[in-house]
Amino acid sequence: MSGSVVVENLVKIYGDLHAVDDLSFEVGSGEVLGFLGPNGAGKSTTMKIITGFLPPTSGRVTVCGHPVETQPEAAKRCLGYLPEGAPAYSEMTPWQFLNFVADIRRPKDRRGRLDWVIGQLGLEPVLHRPVDTLSKGYRRRVGLAQAMLHDPRVLIMDEPTDGLDPNQKRQVRDFINEMAKDKTIIISTHILEEVEAICTRAIIVSAGKILVDETPEELRRRSRYCNAVTVQAELKEPVRTALGELEDVAVVEPERNQGLTLIPRPGCTLEGAVRDVLLRHNLKEVPLHIQAGRLDDVFHTLTHDVHE
Amino acid sequence: MNNLIAILRRELVGYFQTPVAYVFIMIFLLLSGTLSFYLGNFYEREQADLGAFFTFHPWLYLFLVPAISMRLWAEERKTGSIELLMTLPVTVPQAVLGKFLAAWIFTGIALFLTFPLWLTVNYLGDPDNGIILGAYLGSFLMAGGFMAIGACISATTRNQVVAFILSLVTCFLFLLSGFPLVLDFFQLWLPQPVVDAIASLSFLTHFSSINKGVIDLRDLSYFVILISVWLYANMIVVRARKAA
Repeated sequence: MSGSVVVENLVKIYGDLHAVDDLSFEVGSGEVLGFLGPNGAGKSTTMKIITGFLPPTSGRVTVCGHPVETQPEAAKRCLGYLPEGAPAYSEMTPWQFLNFVADIRRPKDRRGRLDWVIGQLGLEPVLHRPVDTLSKGYRRRVGLAQAMLHDPRVLIMDEPTDGLDPNQKRQVRDFINEMAKDKTIIISTHILEEVEAICTRAIIVSAGKILVDETPEELRRRSRYCNAVTVQAELKEPVRTALGELEDVAVVEPERNQGLTLIPRPGCTLEGAVRDVLLRHNLKEVPLHIQAGRLDDVFHTLTHDVHE
Repeated sequence: MNNLIAILRRELVGYFQTPVAYVFIMIFLLLSGTLSFYLGNFYEREQADLGAFFTFHPWLYLFLVPAISMRLWAEERKTGSIELLMTLPVTVPQAVLGKFLAAWIFTGIALFLTFPLWLTVNYLGDPDNGIILGAYLGSFLMAGGFMAIGACISATTRNQVVAFILSLVTCFLFLLSGFPLVLDFFQLWLPQPVVDAIASLSFLTHFSSINKGVIDLRDLSYFVILISVWLYANMIVVRARKAA
C-alpha cells in the first residue's frame, strides 16, 4: 500500500440504491486526481466516506496509513476537506472561524499558518465580516483556507470551483496547482476544462462504478476528435468533395465558418493527406488545426451509454 | 478535552453574535420577574423567599429551552456545516457534550442574571439563603434536563421548527408525567409498576421538592441520569443520521 489514499472495494447502499458500487483506487503524493461523473454518480458520497463523514456499507479506506473506520481521528488529522458548497458557520467572521478550526487542528506554528492561509487566499479585506455577508468567491476561499490550515498531506475538495466566476475559478485552480507538488489531492468536478487545467489523472464514475482511470491525455485520445483535422477556410465544392473522399476519413463535419472538420478512422492520421489535397487545389496558405481530442465528447460517450 | 472546549466556546460566542442571546435573556428576565410578581404574588405572600419565582421556572423552560436547543444540530444539518465539524478530528461525544454544555451554560447565564431578585428578598427580609441556593441548583439542573432532550431531538431533523415543536411536546410530557393527564392514558393499558415508574419521571415532582429546600440525592441523581441518557441518545442519533 504505497498511496496516501487507498480505497478498497468501497460500497455504499442507501435503501436499494447503490450509490457507490465496489470502487477501488489508490492515489499517491504529487497526484491530483480528478473525480468526474454526472450528477448523482457517487462522487460526493465517495468523498464523504474517505473523509470519515459517512460509514461505508462495506470496503475500506486508508488515509496516510490510517484506516478511516478504526482510526478516524488520526486519518482526519492528516487530511483537509472542502465539502460541497463550502459550508461555514454563517454568523462567524473568517477570522473567528479559522481560529476555531485552529483550536481543533492545533497546527504547529499556529500564528504562522493562519497568516499564511489568509495571505495565500487574500482574505484580509473580509477577515472581520460575518461569513454570511461574503460573496460566493470569498466563502469558497474561506473553505479552502480552513482545509489548508494545518498543511495536510491529503486534500479533498468537492467541486471547489462550482458556482464561481471565471476569474475566481482561475484563482482557485492556480492555488491548487501550487499546492499539488507534495500533496495528494482529490477533487470532484463535472467541469471538464478543470481536469485539463489541474489534474494529473482522471477517474470517471457513473452509477457508483469506475468507468475509466487514466491521465487526461489518454482520456482525450479516446475521443473520436483525436487527430481530427479542421480546415479553417471557405472551401469550394470540389475541394470539399476531394477531402471527403480521402481513404482515412470517417466523418466530415461542417464548421460554422464554411470550413470542415475531418474525423479520421480509428488509429489513422490525416494531416499529410489533407495537405496534399489542398496543395493540388493551390490552397497552400489555408490554416489547419489538428485536434487533440475533446474531453466532453469522451465524457458524453462514456457516461451516456450507462444511463440508456 | 481541548476539542470539547473549542466547540463549547464557538457555540457560546455564537449566541452572543446573533440577537438570540439578547432576546432570550431579556424575555427570560422579563417573564420570570413578571410571573413571580403578578401570578406568584411575590409581595402578597409576605414571605422572604423565592418560592414565587422558582414555581414558574418549569413553565418558562418549557418554551424557552427548546427555543435554544432547536438550532444546536438542526442548523448544522441545514447549512451542511455538520460535514465540516464531523470531518475535523473531533469525536462524536466531544461534539455532543461541547454543544450541550454551551447551551446549558448559556441558560445558566440567564438564570444568574436573575440575582437582583435574590438581592431584593435579602433586602426585604431574612430568607434562608441555603434554600435559595438549592433551588437555583435545582432550576439549573432542570434546565439541563430540558436542554438534553431538546439537543437530542434537534439532531433528528434539519428543520428547526420541527425540532422546537417536538422538543416542547416531549418536555411537556416529562413535565407532566406525574399528573393524571398523562397517567390516565397509560393506566388503561400498562401494569401499575410501569405507570408508577412513568410517574416518577416527572420533572415537577423532582423539582418541587428541591424548590422546597429538600435536596434529596434521588432528585439530583434523577436530573443527572436524565441528562446522561438523553445525551447518550443524542450521540447515537448523530452517529446514525449524520448525512440524512
